[in-house]
Amino acid sequence: MNEINQSILTLILLVPLAGAVLVALVPDRFKLPNWIALLTALVTFGLTLHLPAHFLLGHGGFQFEVDRPWIENPAINYHIGVDGLSLWLVVLTGLLAPIGVVASWNAIKERRKVFYSLFLVQQTAMFGVFISLDLMVYYGFWELSLVPMAILIAMYGRKDGPKAAMKFFLFTFVPSAPLLVALLWLYIQTGSFDFTTLQILIAHGSFPAGAMYWVALAFIFAFAVKVPVFPLHGWVADTFSEAPVALAMVVAGKLGLYSMLRFHIGLFPEQARAVAPWMIGLAVIGILYGACLALVQRDFWRLMAFAALSHLSLITLAIYGMTLTGWDGAVYQILSHGVVDGVLFLLLGVLYDQYATSQINAYGGLAAKLPRTATLFVIGALAMIGLPMLSGFVGEFLILSSTFTGVSKGWTIAAALGVILGAAYMLWLVQRLFYGPESQLATSKPPHDLRFGQMAVLWPLAVLMLVMGLAPSLWLASIQTGVRPPQPRIPNPSLQPALSITSLGEAQR
Amino acid sequence: MNPVPDIFRILPEMILTVTGVAVMLIDASLPPGWARRPLGWVAAFGTTLALWASLWQLSLPVGTGFYSTVETSPFTVFFHVLICGLVLVALLLSLDTLPEDSHHQGEFYALIVFGAVGMCLLTGAVELLLVFIALEISSISTYVLAGYRKDTPRGPEAAIKYFLLGSFATGFLLYGIALAFGATGTTQIYEIAHLAPAAENHGLVLAALALMLVGILFKVSAAPFHVWTPDVYEGSPTPVVALMSTAPKAAAFALLLRVVYEMFPTLHSTWTPLLWVIAVLSMTVGNLAALRQENVKRMLAYSSIAHAGYLLAAFAGLGSSGIAAASFYTAAYAAMNVGIFAVITVASGYDEKRPMVSDFRGLIYRSPLLGSLLIFFLVSLVGIPFTGGFFGKFYSFTAAVGGGAVWLAIIGLLNSGLAAAYYLRLALAAAQHQTAKEAKDAGPTPQVGIAVGAALAFAVVATLILGIKPSEVLRAAEAGAHVLEAPPAQTTVYGPVISPPAP
Repeated sequence: MNEINQSILTLILLVPLAGAVLVALVPDRFKLPNWIALLTALVTFGLTLHLPAHFLLGHGGFQFEVDRPWIENPAINYHIGVDGLSLWLVVLTGLLAPIGVVASWNAIKERRKVFYSLFLVQQTAMFGVFISLDLMVYYGFWELSLVPMAILIAMYGRKDGPKAAMKFFLFTFVPSAPLLVALLWLYIQTGSFDFTTLQILIAHGSFPAGAMYWVALAFIFAFAVKVPVFPLHGWVADTFSEAPVALAMVVAGKLGLYSMLRFHIGLFPEQARAVAPWMIGLAVIGILYGACLALVQRDFWRLMAFAALSHLSLITLAIYGMTLTGWDGAVYQILSHGVVDGVLFLLLGVLYDQYATSQINAYGGLAAKLPRTATLFVIGALAMIGLPMLSGFVGEFLILSSTFTGVSKGWTIAAALGVILGAAYMLWLVQRLFYGPESQLATSKPPHDLRFGQMAVLWPLAVLMLVMGLAPSLWLASIQTGVRPPQPRIPNPSLQPALSITSLGEAQR
Repeated sequence: MNPVPDIFRILPEMILTVTGVAVMLIDASLPPGWARRPLGWVAAFGTTLALWASLWQLSLPVGTGFYSTVETSPFTVFFHVLICGLVLVALLLSLDTLPEDSHHQGEFYALIVFGAVGMCLLTGAVELLLVFIALEISSISTYVLAGYRKDTPRGPEAAIKYFLLGSFATGFLLYGIALAFGATGTTQIYEIAHLAPAAENHGLVLAALALMLVGILFKVSAAPFHVWTPDVYEGSPTPVVALMSTAPKAAAFALLLRVVYEMFPTLHSTWTPLLWVIAVLSMTVGNLAALRQENVKRMLAYSSIAHAGYLLAAFAGLGSSGIAAASFYTAAYAAMNVGIFAVITVASGYDEKRPMVSDFRGLIYRSPLLGSLLIFFLVSLVGIPFTGGFFGKFYSFTAAVGGGAVWLAIIGLLNSGLAAAYYLRLALAAAQHQTAKEAKDAGPTPQVGIAVGAALAFAVVATLILGIKPSEVLRAAEAGAHVLEAPPAQTTVYGPVISPPAP
């Protein structure tokens, strides 16, 4: 068992890569690439489930750790591991992989080998981002994750793929230049790229304050573009409307948000606290701006893009509220958002494949023809809105309540307004797509409701959303160990006792 | 210790010379109608032999031969192996792409091998006159190769431009050598290094340094000495461009390292700011100009100018870290650049009827292998991790930051963001759907033969190794760096050290 624990993370990295190579080698016949990709994704997902099964709750710090020298000069170590913060994000990435394959099953008809092998490389890159504890290895995977994404957007874009791909790539690649300089500067100063070593050195070392300010700024800039945080969201709408569904569901959010928590706040707590008011302000603007723009979109991909901007800004708000409850809520909301977005994107992809348009006006009255699609979409939309008992509620509640008590009442009210707007645009979208008079489009084509494979993926996810809404402690227990490290980051003792959603009310009293 | 026979010090050069002469003689004695293609295999065999001979030279003690004119050391072996590898790839590439009926195939292979002699000698020479001779051997072969396609108007134009500007630059170098001789009374590099500190602020020494830098920077096509590059690359046959954008540059960078780090290390504060400015200028000018290019070869010509800039950033590094970073970058750049030109050679064919970016649209649909490789090499040129391009930039900018040039690193990395725009334009064009009409216009699917396949495989493997496990190569580069930093103490064979002239 110990050996498995030692190699599990390496396996999680290597299995998708091996799958990618295999897909590249087999002939493109009998949907062979699809099956291999699906099998690889399922095996990887199974492997990721090993992590929570053997995660020791009592332990702070990293588990399943591997730390081996990779390159001696400069000292780059193959240092990987997970803690409560990254644990479920790894599982989420594993979960979204088979969903992505199912979402692409019929949508991708040409060059399936290229698609699936790049898709699997993308999986490896994302796993790598979540588990790397050496900053250079982390940076490597961070950059690597851009390439398959950009190529696939260009190859499978709906209208003007190359333009969107270029925009996406430049938006995310250029900010990583200052990030790399910052990493190199830290290395020259400390002689280490290791996350834990750097954390200690920065906490106790004396570095020039001005330089550290810029270094921290370089970090947050790179992450903020990737999330995206207002006003750096320029790439998101085009990317969402061009990217294949399997990639659109993972392109925004979790990588950047996780990096903020781990590498910005984790390494530079002082500097993070200094920029926190700015980030909170931008986040609230993003929540409202995204929600307002989502209200007026005519294209459902773009609507989802601005909805994502709004939701991800809410999580950013929680992260820079710098409260422990807020961080719990943030991680939880990343998970919930990942699952809900996966479901909604898959369903929108099904609609798009059938009717070949993303104009919301063209739809209407589909509920009668596609009852299963409609039901699942409604469940997903309600979870996204934050209906109690579904997954979105827990995160939103934790975020808003922690902002209310820990940050400021004014910002909370503004953010809550964004949540209400969120309900408005989602419900309106549901109404325009599925209800009302039957549109020409709906009558013009024979309806194909969800197939067995899609149902087999979607119903478990719907159940998952329900479980996440009812029993959040299953996840929060381990998230809390990650958010509360052994050395307390916040000296405020009143916030120290572990707050779960059940004890939250008492704690506030 | 037994003295090493002089001949062992130039064993790779000897093997290459014999190969070149053999190829030429066989070519002349073959009846006119016979195929000349096997001569390419002879040349490739000789080059492989030379590569092994270079590696074998590692077992020799570090030292010089032929009256302290030629050095063998980890530094020279590093560049010998690199150059021989590049020449080998270029030969393999030419084998499958030169038209069968070409009468001058024999000369072509012989010239490539003779060029390799010059380049190898250039990296080993520690006597400025030999440096000059080696540079001329390598340049003259390249001038002729640049004009190999005599039937197109661009071929001779490229050759003449390259020749005129190149000889002018060599003139600068020669003048610099003359001034260095005037200042120190010797042309042996170790002795100059010995004597120069005493006269370091003497105008002659500074002028010698400046003139030699001009000559060398022309060869590596750093801005503002870069204007010949796009025209020459456009007019020359692509396999030749694959060679001349990498191997002579590697040799010239080796010479630059020798001149600044070994010959004039005490003038550090003089040449560092100079190279700083030239680095920034090269990358910015190269990238900005490349953004606007529609012709792929011109675009890559400007890209190579930008890469010379990234490489020069390493010279801001202190001592061995700078030398090692520059050597490593040379190798990484060479691997990916020769790779991308190999892909372009196959994709657009020998006559290059379709050289524009838009002509590469849908390459991945026509030929998945070539399309994927094109994207792979472009990704490496962008500098994405797990490819050689990343670690090249990484070491180069680490050296710069270590030397205190944080701004140089920031400018460099922002530049690489800018560069991503045009690399990506080509990569995304290759990934894009083509219309039915374009598919018809594009002609037959390009085929990958055995020789080209081997060349591509070499380049891919080298780029990946440099990106995933760079330690070995870096260690070799560092071993070379230590030699440059501390040149052998005893060298003088004839007479006592000449005292520096009174200022």
